[in-house]
Amino acid sequence: MEETKVLETLRDDYAERYGFRDEATYLYETPRGLSRRVVEEISAIKNEPEWMRQFRLRAYEIFLKKPMPTWGADLSGVDFDRIVYYARPTDRPARSWDEVPEYIKRTFERLGIPEAERKFLAGVEAQYDSESVYSNVREDLARMGVIFCSTDEAVQKYPDLVREYIGTVVSIADNKFAALNSAVWSGGTFIYVPPGVRVEYPLQAYFRINREAMGQFERTLIIADEGAFVHYVEGCTAPIYTEDSLHAAVVEIIVKRGARVRYTTIQNWSNNVYNLVTKRAFAYEEATMEWVDCNIGSKVTMKYPAVYLLGRGAHGEVLSMAFAGDGQHQDTGAKMIHRAPYTTSLVQSKSISKGTGRASYRGLLKVYPGAEHVKANVSCDALLLHDVSRTDTYPTMEIQEQNVHIGHEATVSKVGDEQIFYLMSRGLSEEEAITMIVNGFIEPIVKELPMEYAVEMNRLIALEMEGSVG
Amino acid sequence: MADLEIRDLRVAVEGNEILKGVNLAVNKGEIHALMGPNGSGKSTLAYALMGHPFYEITGGEVWFKGQNILELEPDERARLGLFLAFQYPQEIPGVTVSKFLRAAVNARRQAMGLEPYGPYEFGLILNEKMERLRIDPSFAFRALNEGFSGGEKKRMEILQMSLLEPEMAVLDETDSGLDIDALRIVADGVNSLVGPNMGVLVITHYQRLLNYIQPHFVHVLMDGRIVRSGGPELALELEARGYDWLRAELESTATA
Ligand SMILES: Nc1ncnc2c1ncn2[C@@H]1O[C@H](COP(=O)(O)OP(=O)(O)OP(=O)(O)O)[C@@H](O)[C@H]1O
Ligand SMILES: [Mg+2]
Repeated sequence: MEETKVLETLRDDYAERYGFRDEATYLYETPRGLSRRVVEEISAIKNEPEWMRQFRLRAYEIFLKKPMPTWGADLSGVDFDRIVYYARPTDRPARSWDEVPEYIKRTFERLGIPEAERKFLAGVEAQYDSESVYSNVREDLARMGVIFCSTDEAVQKYPDLVREYIGTVVSIADNKFAALNSAVWSGGTFIYVPPGVRVEYPLQAYFRINREAMGQFERTLIIADEGAFVHYVEGCTAPIYTEDSLHAAVVEIIVKRGARVRYTTIQNWSNNVYNLVTKRAFAYEEATMEWVDCNIGSKVTMKYPAVYLLGRGAHGEVLSMAFAGDGQHQDTGAKMIHRAPYTTSLVQSKSISKGTGRASYRGLLKVYPGAEHVKANVSCDALLLHDVSRTDTYPTMEIQEQNVHIGHEATVSKVGDEQIFYLMSRGLSEEEAITMIVNGFIEPIVKELPMEYAVEMNRLIALEMEGSVG
Repeated sequence: MADLEIRDLRVAVEGNEILKGVNLAVNKGEIHALMGPNGSGKSTLAYALMGHPFYEITGGEVWFKGQNILELEPDERARLGLFLAFQYPQEIPGVTVSKFLRAAVNARRQAMGLEPYGPYEFGLILNEKMERLRIDPSFAFRALNEGFSGGEKKRMEILQMSLLEPEMAVLDETDSGLDIDALRIVADGVNSLVGPNMGVLVITHYQRLLNYIQPHFVHVLMDGRIVRSGGPELALELEARGYDWLRAELESTATA
């Protein structure tokens, strides 16, 4: 639909579009490094109830004890002592765009956020480093009881809801980074959709890391009550710095009976961000959970969205796309845990490795005894752009029930010289030809994105493809 | 000089010389047929003209619109107005026919200093061209050549040609895989484009296509050289007698 525009903008680059930084002034930031004191300070600044303070401190103790994961990507570059764990740009999230501080507004305007809200979103939240700086939900939705705010605000305003669910899907002891997030979390999105309410337009959150050596630890909690529907879209970017930043989010989703949640991520980090995210959903009877996960950029990404299919007839999907550029490692995948009969799942993963980039698919498919008539299908396709590009697959299957249908396929291909020549013979440059082949390869995922994002995704791929030829 | 002039072209594949000095001149408005036994180098010539990197040019020149195009990249040749209908078109998963064609047409238009088409405008043009070639409109939204039948792929090649409006087109066995009706439709498509603005080199094995696309000249490629050129009657003779008589004749003149 927009490919001429895509081609026209082939020449600008990440640095210009997303890589700029603000000379931000912070109302408050913690000194580099993590300590019990830092955790307590974060809680105090936020004026949190005691239960949340305890939650954080328990998590901190677990974080100290947990070893670094060694089974996945190389995390030796993560230096917990160099990170700033909390930086607060504003007092509280603004409700109207005019209240947002000028420099932050400029950032998000450059990224096209308010414009998007006006056009097609039901609500928007924007997080700048640690804190949410803007959040707004359409009034009609608010009247129907839909809650959409930062998780900090939810702790203050809806403590019972938060307390009931937080840490129940991803326990604070799940892994080192989940523990870290639980200790120092700040911001993130809280959504509650009441029974039977369908939110027809996507709710969007935008996460921006601005400060160097920043840790962003948003905590997102989504509860779709019985028969509800919501589509949540998150986008992420960061400027380019020499010191690495850390993004360690936790996302917990509860999809109750007959409800459906779609969670779409378009992550476009600069290549100095460690992106280590735990995403998990519980899907109850006849519920549907869909993760659409697009990963571009970052230094290292480790992310395996999971669906626990807990009720009869629940359905889970992970549609993921990872682009590993030069020197990047995308270690992504999916986990489908079938604990109930007649549950179904679908995993479709597409990865692209460019230059010395490496894309790994790491998946777990587990069927518990008694989960009869499970149908599960996993397919992962890898596309390699250069001879030095790398891909690998680590699919794990633990099937403890006989009466099931499991499908698995994996393919690895190189961008074909004959395909490139064919497209070039029609007047496309080599770069345009490869970009078109790559965009075609990920089309099954991109077509799941809202139109505006699909256009943006094709554009991002074009940016990534720049200079890939020659 | 002719509009397309091939001079003593030599091409090697993996060190084996396939074309051993081909000379050929094609003008706009002319239809040339290129025939020859399997493996004689016809597709090699087509690919080399288009600039396939696999085919190594070991000698000669190809002049088109005032330059030796052997120095140009394939896309530059295409934007200049050269077109190749492939014997085996590639499948491009996930890229719709309409998206691809608009990008291709706009690349050519921009090279000619024309405004690129917007999606709507292009959709109308595409529709009309598809109708003319009796291609179902649903093909516009299918992935390029993916799962197309042999004949559908060939029709798609001609659709591309009719949209790109080249000045010189090489059709490599476009007739193979076409049913009788499709052959006529494709031939009509080609005939409607040939004229003062386009010249064609039709590679084929059969007279059947040449009944519809009537050549002004017929050439025979054998063992990497054009060994005979003539009028339409040469194709009829080949159809009736095969290539052996020609080979025998050549051998006798060589030894004489
Ligand atoms: N990519 C290639 N790799 C190896 N050999 C090749 C390649 N392309 C062409 N050849 C060889 O070059 C010779 C000429 O092949 P070419 O395809 O040009 O013949 P052709 O005249 O088009 O034949 P046909 O009538 O069967 O289409 C053949 O011997 C073929 O095996
Ligand atoms: Mg051939």
